[in-house]
Amino acid sequence: MDLFNHLALGFGVALTPINLLYALVGSLVGTLIGVLPGIGPVATIAMLLPTTYALQPVSALIMLAGIYYGAQYGGSTTSILLNMPGETSSAVTCLDGHQMALKGQAGAALATAALGSFFAGCVATVFVATVAIPLSELALKFGPAEYCSLMILGLIGAVVLAHGSLLKAIAMIVLGLLLGIVGTDVNSGTARFAFGVPELIDGLGIVSVAMGLFGFAEIVTNLESTEKREIIKGKVGGLWITREQFKKAWPASLRGTGVGSILGLLPGGGAMLASFASYALEKKVSKHPGEFGKGAIQGVAGPESANNAGAQTSFIPLLTLGIPENAVMALMVGAMTIHNIQPGPQVMTSNPGLFWGLVTSMWIGNLMLVVLNLPLIGMWIKLLKVPYRVLYPAILLFCAIGVYSINNTSFDVLQTAVFGFLGVLFVKLECEPAPLLLGFVLGPMMEENLRRAMLLSRGDPMTFLTRPLSAAMLGAAALLLVLIVLPNLRKKREEVFEEGES
Amino acid sequence: MSLIRHPKDFYSGLIFIGFGIAAIVIGSNYALGTAARMGPGYFPRILGILLIVLGAALSLRALRLQGSPVPAWKWWPTLIVLGSVILFGIIVNSVGLVFSTIILIVLSSAASHEFRYKEALISGVLLAALAVAVFVIGLKLQLPIWPGSS
Repeated sequence: MDLFNHLALGFGVALTPINLLYALVGSLVGTLIGVLPGIGPVATIAMLLPTTYALQPVSALIMLAGIYYGAQYGGSTTSILLNMPGETSSAVTCLDGHQMALKGQAGAALATAALGSFFAGCVATVFVATVAIPLSELALKFGPAEYCSLMILGLIGAVVLAHGSLLKAIAMIVLGLLLGIVGTDVNSGTARFAFGVPELIDGLGIVSVAMGLFGFAEIVTNLESTEKREIIKGKVGGLWITREQFKKAWPASLRGTGVGSILGLLPGGGAMLASFASYALEKKVSKHPGEFGKGAIQGVAGPESANNAGAQTSFIPLLTLGIPENAVMALMVGAMTIHNIQPGPQVMTSNPGLFWGLVTSMWIGNLMLVVLNLPLIGMWIKLLKVPYRVLYPAILLFCAIGVYSINNTSFDVLQTAVFGFLGVLFVKLECEPAPLLLGFVLGPMMEENLRRAMLLSRGDPMTFLTRPLSAAMLGAAALLLVLIVLPNLRKKREEVFEEGES
Repeated sequence: MSLIRHPKDFYSGLIFIGFGIAAIVIGSNYALGTAARMGPGYFPRILGILLIVLGAALSLRALRLQGSPVPAWKWWPTLIVLGSVILFGIIVNSVGLVFSTIILIVLSSAASHEFRYKEALISGVLLAALAVAVFVIGLKLQLPIWPGSS
């Protein structure tokens, strides 16, 4: 069977000492920032992107991927012990995880989260490996018109499933597309929106945009609030779960893995959506929904499995179609471009070692996490005692060094600060920054494919509707928009998110 | 009852309109081309129009919908955080990583309402050592450590 050959090739790459090291570094850094509230995987990956220039492309991607799924492990620790999400994707874990901790079952909750995540990680790795080949074969049949429509479908899907106002999110995408095309136009050589600034001729940097909008804006917003954190007093309890707890937890974990794997595939999906949806599902299928919010172990097992599965399967659209579906994947596009790899279906054929190495490294990373994480929990708890007033200047420092080192210019730092300011403004106005980042990455690709499609059709825009695949995708995008405007579904969507927030 | 019932949407709408107008005005310098052979100005023009339409829809809708006010902006954290980072970017090449790190840490710590001068200074010195070890020695980034060593 082909699958085994591919996985064998992947393990061959991922098990080299250097790649094992980077998987370990990525997973640990991911757990670290997952544990720490106030810095998420987007800002961290942006921060570390510049340091991967010197690495082999596969090592760089292995490390950055590790940060994303590592953060899913770490996030649960903070949710359970602090009743404060270390990551947004662990927000629902607070509800029951912290209640368990208050009952002296923190250890059981932590163990459930870790084991559930590991199980989900294993399943998701196999899932990625099986779905990737057929999807990329499909994508190879795409022409420019299909690509254009696919991007539109992806972007619309991303905002439909995201949180908040639809109109604002679409406007944020368009703004992102616009920012994405700043710089030299490849076809004519015209420098667009560069204002005569030499640094802008190469376009805005994705690191600056992401770090400003996500990293700096988050720090500023945190500093404005004067909320105090309190860590759980009392004992964590043994890191072991009873037979009875296990019986309750495993079906939830199984369902969570399923929900997460599917939702991770969808545009706009990924870890956060998966965990919210899984919690809602667990509550629905439970015979005693009243237990939820009072320390039901299913409320930890389900979402924690789901977010890890979702984090991993969200790599599928990126690796097979070249379309990032959330902000983290947008940064992965940036990382691949740095190493001159054009994300898309051709990666698997032209660079199979990279593709399968990355996929298998996820499984290895998960194994490392479950082995290392439980014993390291004591250390993470100590880390949580470091006050934010000491922590955030350090985060700022790493951001500043990271962004400065891209080109060794102060201009990049300035540019990041401008996006930081914009980011704070967007937080005040409740405009989600993730769609903007997606648009930013897709801007040049979309323009290029639009141009080619229109050139092939001699300027007839009907080409998007007469080609069946393209028409189907545009139809799906239109359907999504109609569905979400219908009041009924809109209410459902809000309910799913409110579950997590209440 | 004020005219603007949903201030967050209203002002976001204005911002989008602003970007849209800027895209069209600045973009008018670039050749438009035809639908079949798009020039560098074609795509930005489409995006600009879209932004204006979406922004206008948001702002107009805000006159009808009800929404909470825009939260107050405490300028101090924004100013200090972004300012200290910009300063770091400007001085790091001339005064070196060690001093610019200490300056960044102490200055940015002042954005917190729990600012403690001594603690920030100690943290700055420790982080400077860490930064040199990780970035200059470990990752071999081209950053001067001391003033004038570049």
